Amino acid sequence: MLVNDVPKQVENIIKTSCYDCHSNNTDYPWYNKVQPVAWFLEDHVTHGKEELNFNEWADYSNRRKNSKLKSIISQIENGEMPLWSYTLIHREAKLSEDKRKTVLDWVSKLKDSL
Amino acid sequence: MRKSNVTTGILAMAIITLSATSCKDKKKVQENQEGHQTEQMEDSGHMDGAMEDHSQMDHDNMNHGEMAMMSSEVIADYLTLKNALVSDDKDGAAKAGEKLEGSLKNFDTSKFSDEQQDELKDIIEDATEHAEHIAKSDIGHQREHFKTLSKDVVDMVAITGTENTLYEQYCPMYDNNKGGAWLSMNEEIKNPYFGDKMLTCGKVQREIN
Ligand code: HEC
Ligand SMILES: [Cu+2]
Repeated sequence: MLVNDVPKQVENIIKTSCYDCHSNNTDYPWYNKVQPVAWFLEDHVTHGKEELNFNEWADYSNRRKNSKLKSIISQIENGEMPLWSYTLIHREAKLSEDKRKTVLDWVSKLKDSL
Repeated sequence: MRKSNVTTGILAMAIITLSATSCKDKKKVQENQEGHQTEQMEDSGHMDGAMEDHSQMDHDNMNHGEMAMMSSEVIADYLTLKNALVSDDKDGAAKAGEKLEGSLKNFDTSKFSDEQQDELKDIIEDATEHAEHIAKSDIGHQREHFKTLSKDVVDMVAITGTENTLYEQYCPMYDNNKGGAWLSMNEEIKNPYFGDKMLTCGKVQREIN
């Protein structure tokens, strides 16, 4: 994950809400079930991974980390991520007000510590 | 078991065929692009001039003027982008972002020290991503990337210096009061984060020569 000591709570939220599109994890039980969904996801996974891949986090320089963290904060603050079209099918990925605050607080702290 | 092997085999063949086709296509496109590029180079006299200067440069000792020249195109495109954001001009900003991608790509770091090269490459990689996003986003998102981009350009100027005096300016209200900085050639404040909404938010923090 982001760093070694990421709180379990934050890690779980990010894994549930972001990993399907922003990690190398391709173990989707639902992936092949519905064809239009599969096409949609394939496109979004390849695209999302180019933008941000949590599995490559350790390889990003501090400058790159800072940029990505800033971008993560904006995307969550603006309600743009996780993509709404995804949370339509994956209700559990939707960020509640609580979860959103938990992630934002932690990501902001991490960013300030860089 | 058997069936899935067959399926995999068919899939693999399909993929091979596909990639063979796309390779050919790519080659054609590349050739076209090269032809195109040569043309462009020929009729742009100023580019030739810049290239000549370049090769005459002494490999190990660059003086200040030469170092500043290396970043001048990046800074010029950055300032065009900044001015477009000041004018709330999304299309102008997108165009400037695209141009900036090009000048970042042309930035030749080879004459700098190893340590400087490492940092410059890191800056260029980061700035390129911001420029790409600015080239294809709405103005709110352009401004988000402009904030991080501005940090990259400030750090770049710290290494290369600048041919013209620049002013680092800062408005504490942007980004939910987390603030945003930018560079300008004019001392007078014109805010690229708010544009017309709050044109004069900010103050000069530093003069860079
Ligand atoms: C359904 C797939 C999907 C999910 C789930 C998803 N993303 Fe994305 N993400 C994308 C795609 C596609 C892009 C690139 C295009 C875009 O911005 O829409 C992207 C872009 C981004 C970017 C770059 C934005 C920019 O333009 O600067 C960030 C940061 C990001 N996502 C963070 C997150 C976070 C954090 C989560 C979880 C809370 C998340 N994403 C969940 C697909 C997804
Ligand atoms: Cu973006």
